Amino acid sequence: MAEQAPLICRDIHKTFDQLEVLKGISLETRKGDVVSLIGSSGSGKSTFLRCINMLETPTSGDIIVHGDPIRFTKNRKGERIPADNKQVELIRAKLSMVFQSFNLWSHMTVLENIIEAPINVLKVPKKEAIERAEAYLNKVGIYERKDYYPAQMSGGQQQRAAIARALAMEPEVMLFDEPTSALDPELVGEVLRVMQSLAEEGRTMIVVTHEMAFARDVSTQVLFLHQGVIEEQGTPDKVFDNPDSERMKQFLAPNF
Amino acid sequence: MLDLKGYGPALMEGAVVTIELAFLSLALAVVLGLIGASAKLSNSRAAKGAATAYTTLIRGVPDLVMMLLFYYGGQVVVNMLSDYIWDAYEIDFFFQFDPFISGVLTIGLIFGAYMTETFRGAFLAVESGQIEAARAYGFTRWHTFRRIMFPQMLRHALPGIGNNWQVLLKTTALVSIIGLTDMVRVAEEAAKAERMPFHFFIPVAFMYLTLTAGSELFIKWLNKRANVGVVQEG
Repeated sequence: MAEQAPLICRDIHKTFDQLEVLKGISLETRKGDVVSLIGSSGSGKSTFLRCINMLETPTSGDIIVHGDPIRFTKNRKGERIPADNKQVELIRAKLSMVFQSFNLWSHMTVLENIIEAPINVLKVPKKEAIERAEAYLNKVGIYERKDYYPAQMSGGQQQRAAIARALAMEPEVMLFDEPTSALDPELVGEVLRVMQSLAEEGRTMIVVTHEMAFARDVSTQVLFLHQGVIEEQGTPDKVFDNPDSERMKQFLAPNF
Repeated sequence: MLDLKGYGPALMEGAVVTIELAFLSLALAVVLGLIGASAKLSNSRAAKGAATAYTTLIRGVPDLVMMLLFYYGGQVVVNMLSDYIWDAYEIDFFFQFDPFISGVLTIGLIFGAYMTETFRGAFLAVESGQIEAARAYGFTRWHTFRRIMFPQMLRHALPGIGNNWQVLLKTTALVSIIGLTDMVRVAEEAAKAERMPFHFFIPVAFMYLTLTAGSELFIKWLNKRANVGVVQEG
């Protein structure tokens, strides 16, 4: 039997008030996939990522995390809501997210940020959580900053701490929401290097990004979104060098 | 040396009453404030309406009127209730609605309304990304509240709590009017008997000043602790 897919999304639609932001996005990942979601702002790529871990509830469509489909129900107004909050919490614990603006908890040190969810959500013993956190801090290269508060570090360091926080959950899939967009240009490299090393380890990652070089060099799959639909999809070679879609060609044009 | 004409111990006892009254009222106000703020920020229309009615009512009625209403009205309610309970269950429920209880209830209720606004603003000031990160990592609602929302809210609420506390402390003086022997009441009696107003009221004023100045220092220290991890500007 083939290995269980870490994440399958089928025909995801999302409508905010009257505006349909996602018009049927599907995605299937294998273990070790690095999926880059690219497209101009407003194309729906971040919304899609936020639907995956239910920060936004998709208006329709299925999300299946490691064989476990998220169950939905309707509220009194007829809006779709998760049927079981406990299930959503369990699934979120398997999908750690790295945010554009880091969102490290500002009243906790780096180490406290990293052990918080493993201890309280995964119920890892404190000692083990600290060992794990220190190992991941070493990996992202900011071990010596473990007792700093987020505000005392550069953006690049904060984002690396946020990546360590995500790693400490030992997730099925890591979700990156424009992880370098809020960084000064000279700090982008350090974060991308950490992400590349994660990809090389075979971690399953879904990355919303504007870094075309990263998408081309590191991804196994690239999805180009435009106005809520997938315009182009495939290997980086296919999408970047030989796109079928006119829009994809236009999107790439300024890069050449 | 200041000669308090034998009123020294009574004044000290009065000061203790003042402090007890202030702390108990503060505790009640904080609880009511948290409940009020949660109600105002909830999705329930009924809860929002009730909390708005509460804050509007309290802020529109003078503290003294409220206190008299509670003191005299409170006893009437207790009497009615205890009659009813005696008739129905033969349980003796009666108690004297004393000035201390009315004081705590009234001041707690008044400052609960102010605390509601303080906490409401503080909850709104917590960055949404902080809450979103907690949700994204599978925190339960309670865990998000306890570990992220509450400590971050407190940082924003502390200056407001400090202000409310100082005003609350001074408001306790009103309770002397309904007969509580706090330090103001003792000083008033002593001043009348000895015909020496300055002699007794100035030490009382000084006592309030000491209490407010002391709490100011304490609040500063709390603020510093709560703001750990925040880069101060300037």
